[in-house]
Amino acid sequence: MCDSTIPVAQAVRVTSHARLTIRTVAAVSLAAGLLAGASGCATDSSTGLPAPSSTSASATTAASQVTVSGTWFKAAKKADMSAGFAVIRNDGTQPVVIVSAASAVSDMMQLHETVADDSGTMTMRKKEGGFEIPAGGELTLEPGGNHVMFMGLNQDVAAGSDVPLTLTFSDGSSVDLSLVAKDYTGANEQYDDSAGEASGDASAGAEMDMGGDQ
Amino acid sequence: MAAEDPADASRFSLSRRQLLLGGAAAGLGAAAGIGVGDIVQGRAGSGVSQMIPGRPTPTAATGALESGVGLVGARTVDFHGLHQAGVAVVPQAHSVFLAWDLRPEIDRDGLVRMMGILTDDARRLTQGTAALADSEPEMAGLPARMTVTFGFGAELVRRGAGESAVPSWLGPLPAFGIDRLDEAWCGGDLLVEVAADDPTTVAHGVRMMAKDLRSFAVQRWRQDGFRQAAGARPEGASMRNLFGQVDGTVNLVPGTADFDSLAYAAEGWLAGGSSFVLRRIRMDLDKWDKLDRSGREQSVGRTLSNGAPLTGSAEQDEPDFTATTAVGFPVIPEFSHMRRARSEDRSQRILRRGYNYEQLTDGAVESGLLFGSYQADVTAQFVPLQRRLDELDLLNEWTTPVGSAVFAIPPGCGDDGFVGETLLG
Repeated sequence: MCDSTIPVAQAVRVTSHARLTIRTVAAVSLAAGLLAGASGCATDSSTGLPAPSSTSASATTAASQVTVSGTWFKAAKKADMSAGFAVIRNDGTQPVVIVSAASAVSDMMQLHETVADDSGTMTMRKKEGGFEIPAGGELTLEPGGNHVMFMGLNQDVAAGSDVPLTLTFSDGSSVDLSLVAKDYTGANEQYDDSAGEASGDASAGAEMDMGGDQ
Repeated sequence: MAAEDPADASRFSLSRRQLLLGGAAAGLGAAAGIGVGDIVQGRAGSGVSQMIPGRPTPTAATGALESGVGLVGARTVDFHGLHQAGVAVVPQAHSVFLAWDLRPEIDRDGLVRMMGILTDDARRLTQGTAALADSEPEMAGLPARMTVTFGFGAELVRRGAGESAVPSWLGPLPAFGIDRLDEAWCGGDLLVEVAADDPTTVAHGVRMMAKDLRSFAVQRWRQDGFRQAAGARPEGASMRNLFGQVDGTVNLVPGTADFDSLAYAAEGWLAGGSSFVLRRIRMDLDKWDKLDRSGREQSVGRTLSNGAPLTGSAEQDEPDFTATTAVGFPVIPEFSHMRRARSEDRSQRILRRGYNYEQLTDGAVESGLLFGSYQADVTAQFVPLQRRLDELDLLNEWTTPVGSAVFAIPPGCGDDGFVGETLLG
């Protein structure tokens, strides 16, 4: 593992739960970061990826300055809602903003926050303006908190499956992630889309019952 | 943001690993509040290293008190490697054996998904990091030398790669005359053994595995075992079973050529793997109470005080089976357990990993031994040994096998792989 001669391609492939690739120009600067990490034999034990350099002076995009780990998805049936979770760290010197999400398993996606409504019930709703991660900060997407919402699955997603997810930043750069699906019975907050913009065919006030226990 | 989120144990691991491995040490080491870890090598050749991590501390002054260095709970066993770590590791104080039956619809693809998830859980939990979707992430913080070991029954192998992949020995053992088997403790398609030096850690690991197995399998049986508590005796010392006997004296030693050739399989998808036999041996403590001390020692051929052969003075002394008493009888009786268990054929040795058990059954306490053994080939090594004990072993007067299961133990995996990939990949 502590082998400075490890090829970058191999280093990127080392994880089953947080395969991370960066599009376009970001790929170049990330690769540089990976090399730097590998030569120091520092490894992120959560992702298996060499830890990136903390000073990406050459970073030109938001995607190139984030590190993603702990990616997972709540296994669910076709037509159900579900959600994706991860920890996203901003190693750069500028804030980054995640503005949209896309996945092959859901035609409609939203970035959600979970807040208490007037009655104290925890309710999730669309996060206006997206998720901002300050320089050096970390965004935790987790049940009961911020998360990426899959509004309606176009296929069954069984436990152990890999779910693709693309997160796009305000500068147009994006990261492609792979989320492992897990059976999970929590995250049953009420869904309220009245506070957000029109969200298509998702019904207001629907409970997010995402299959869970099969 | 979320800097205080305890769920994000991965950050601690990251910092620790970077410090330990020297990478980025200059940057991170300068930051206040990061404890310095310590690496302790395991037994030579065992392939097991134990890391005693530091943990973030609020100030330098309290660092020594809170570093966790040396605590039983902080120790870890490497997960990755040619072999699954649970085979050669010095037995932990607590172990839970779980057997599962696959749901009918689980095919090869389902098995790949299942083992991917279970491997990821084990990879994280054994290193003190919460599993993904872990509802109680704080419970992952004390790995306590946790290992998670997976075994495959014949049905799983069949579904994964067809009949031809099933080893000839993978299935029920031959019937033995002493057996009084209860189906409730036999068989299973998948074995998951969760072992650690802390029972709370084991409970959490078992819970996580059970949750992630729900959509793949139904639990068939669960057997909980214990040995002397961690730290109660020097590590690796033989345990006492519930008859009070020193148990497990003669054993294969990790790191030796004998161990590598007799404990591990060498060919096919099982290369680097092994086989595991788990026998539930009920022990009749009430009947044992009626036996006097010399009878107890003669039944096994060893002293109760320290486990020495009746012809020796220390536990590891070689027994002298030719020694006779003043009236001409063997000092170590022909019918003793030790005499019967020993074969002239050195290839018929096994790696024993026994655990005591006590369980309330029908209002009465059932006590016994979860006799676990690893061997390259069940038919070549375990069966002849068990045949000899079946034919004659005075201990049979007080012991009864009531459960029996055999599993193929796949080899270990690397950090981008999963346990079972040599069969399913």
